[in-house]
Amino acid sequence: MLTSLRCVFIITLLSLLTAACGPMDNNVDTGTAGQILHLGNGSEPPSLDPHLSTAVNSSNIISTLLEGLVTPNPKTLEPEAGAAISWDISADLRTYTFHLNPDGHWSNGEPVEASDFVYAWHRLLMPELAAEYSYQLFVLENAEAFYKGDITDFNQVGVKAIDRLTLQVRLKAPTPYFLSLLSHASTFPVHPETVAAYGDIDDPGNLWTRAGNFVGNGPFILTEWALNRIVRVEKNSHYWDADTVALEEIRFYPIDNLGTEERMFRSKTLHLTVGVPEEKIARYAKDKPELINISPYLGTYFYRFNVNKAPFDDSRVRRALSMSIDRQQIVDAVTKGGQIPTYNLTPANTLGYTAKAAIPFDIPAARQLMAEAGYPQGKGFPVVELLYNTSEGHRKIAIAIQQMWKLALGVEIRLFNQDWKAFLETEKNGDFAIARGGWIGDYVDPNTFLDMFVSNGGNNRTGWSNQKYDQLIQQAGRTAGTDQRFEQFQQAEKILIDDSPIIPIYTYTAIYLKSTDVKGWYNNVLNAHPIKYVYLQRDD
Amino acid sequence: MLRFIIYRILQAIPVLLVVISATFILIRMAPGGPFDAEKAVSPYVLEKLNERYNLNAPLPEQLFDYISGIIKGDFGPSFKFPTRSVTEMIATGLPITFELAFYAMLVALLIGITAGLVAAIRPNTAQDYVPMSVAMIGICMPSFLMGPILVLIFGIWLEWLPVSGWGYSAGDKILPAITLGSTYAAYIARLTRGGMLEVLSQDYIRTARAKGLPTRTIIFKHALKGGLLPVVSFLGPAIAGLLSGSFVVETIFQIPGLGRFYVQAAFNRDYTMIMGTTIFFSMLIIFFNLISDIIAAYLNPRIKLGGEG
Repeated sequence: MLTSLRCVFIITLLSLLTAACGPMDNNVDTGTAGQILHLGNGSEPPSLDPHLSTAVNSSNIISTLLEGLVTPNPKTLEPEAGAAISWDISADLRTYTFHLNPDGHWSNGEPVEASDFVYAWHRLLMPELAAEYSYQLFVLENAEAFYKGDITDFNQVGVKAIDRLTLQVRLKAPTPYFLSLLSHASTFPVHPETVAAYGDIDDPGNLWTRAGNFVGNGPFILTEWALNRIVRVEKNSHYWDADTVALEEIRFYPIDNLGTEERMFRSKTLHLTVGVPEEKIARYAKDKPELINISPYLGTYFYRFNVNKAPFDDSRVRRALSMSIDRQQIVDAVTKGGQIPTYNLTPANTLGYTAKAAIPFDIPAARQLMAEAGYPQGKGFPVVELLYNTSEGHRKIAIAIQQMWKLALGVEIRLFNQDWKAFLETEKNGDFAIARGGWIGDYVDPNTFLDMFVSNGGNNRTGWSNQKYDQLIQQAGRTAGTDQRFEQFQQAEKILIDDSPIIPIYTYTAIYLKSTDVKGWYNNVLNAHPIKYVYLQRDD
Repeated sequence: MLRFIIYRILQAIPVLLVVISATFILIRMAPGGPFDAEKAVSPYVLEKLNERYNLNAPLPEQLFDYISGIIKGDFGPSFKFPTRSVTEMIATGLPITFELAFYAMLVALLIGITAGLVAAIRPNTAQDYVPMSVAMIGICMPSFLMGPILVLIFGIWLEWLPVSGWGYSAGDKILPAITLGSTYAAYIARLTRGGMLEVLSQDYIRTARAKGLPTRTIIFKHALKGGLLPVVSFLGPAIAGLLSGSFVVETIFQIPGLGRFYVQAAFNRDYTMIMGTTIFFSMLIIFFNLISDIIAAYLNPRIKLGGEG
């Protein structure tokens, strides 16, 4: 009896081993052969509804399923034909007339019409839907008033279907970045009958976004959405530019953990990752530079002061702290991901704009300012807290800066971390002295950074307020000529930097791993990669 | 026996009510809410959202509404994933977590009992020290270390097994099961050794030896049943621990189980999802403790059920 048991055991073990020892198929090899792209996509996408999506992981998927009026050029991000083949702009720069592509079709074969956009934009602005990104359309005439319930007739809002293929948009002021707003998922069209078929138009629980229900006008169609497991999209044969689309299928994996993602990349389970564990960046950059991508990203890492609380109600103290940080050392020795030290808010060369104002790195001058403010060699300076959301990366930067301030100015700073949601609440309540911040541009224009610090702006959170600054930002929003607009931004940014409610630290870089098989994938500051140009090919 | 089971189930109801109320109040006290986001949400939108999810009502009223919902089987929609109901999410994650726990338990029992037996047969020799030292390492090594090491060896260097996924290929359940099971294998090994040593020192075993029975028969036929008693009473808490503690392993191996949902929900302040999963896990723990008590009573006639002995 025992001998036969032992036999069974040995046979099982042997068969397991032989099965295991055979060469394993991997996603990268089979995917590249069959044009199936496997990519990491951060955490589980909360929603695939373009009007409700707020996260990058959602919009990565949505932009394969739906197409806006324009699509960004993969290299320059210049708007190119999308659902609209062409557009006219009126002389006062406030009326845009879009001519829709007559070949544009939904994935069920029906034509894409101008009224579909009106329907979608109406939906985005419905107060009951409570869409967080509705403000993307506030540049339209009366859009904000409709959203806030001041007017209830949507016909008064500046969007109109002139005929089946002509859409007219009326802006409240010339908005030079209007076209780039149109590559944002929140402005994409939705198929009215499909939305209506699976629930109320203003119900966020509407099931039209499930696989099998989803009808889109983009290059791919949704074929599977398994919670916390995978989102799978396949090529859409009804797409007007299907000839350009090389990929047959894309598989998005929701992976919360960068360590797991990196192991999946290393074992050839993924072509692309969303990030790289910090401790591995230097190693990849040195040993496998062909696999790691490090490129400038339209985002700024900074600290906010609470200007309503002593000692940071004194701009001399704020400037002194900002002036005594060695940003070059932080990017070289702490973050090590090719980040660019920055001395102002707007990343350099944003649509050709580079701020002239800059906070100097000047420790003697900083000491002088502290002495003037009544804290010579840091004497009498209260112990204040530096708040950051729990993360190893933020902690390291905070420790470095804590040390720098101690050495340069003799001030003691205590570090304090909270989990993300708690951090947001503390910050919102103004219950901090210094808090970590970061901002990624929504579109390529200085406005996306500078309008953050207008008085009482929702994302200001410093309590800082300057009338002249507010005026300049408001004027820039109404100015048509680029030179004049940029001059207004320059002046505004100078006020911001001189008064220093924030400490700019570095410009972000997009850091991720990419198989050499991935082609048609270009670096740009929005880290946007229009998927229809991407293909897979192995170099010999 | 039936009386005992009914008694224990009735006992569970107030326990669950306390768990529900305490969790409900604790998550509301945690700083930060489900709709806090990096980009400021306008007060107007926030108001609409609070209205939709009934967050403006007084807390006792919310709790009452919630409990009445549960009684009807409605755990509400997830705050973070607006198109998913909590019930749907638990139904998706739970079978996977169960499966993982089942394989991990198999691994734990197989390795644990074998190692414990081997050690108990020749106590205080190399045959005892080696497996017990390995078991000690197993207890001490956390799964967030064990997992990546196993992946590195078998997934990346040897390329024998997949590094992630669940149900995509034949081998992708092996490493997660070993990682999750190993800690419990180590406990079981030590419990088996202890239980066996105690039994082996008893008179009836000495009698069996004196009769000249082969060691194999003594161990498997006479000693094992009694020697495994400590393991059996450990099984209930162990299974509950496997189910509720699978989060780390699910994250390392990219497994869409309930553990990941649970931890994500806590970080997202997804109130309904936190409530749903907490209630579910509490029920599981109560259930498996009950089962393990019943089995222990069955194996050991000295344990009296019903509390009167």
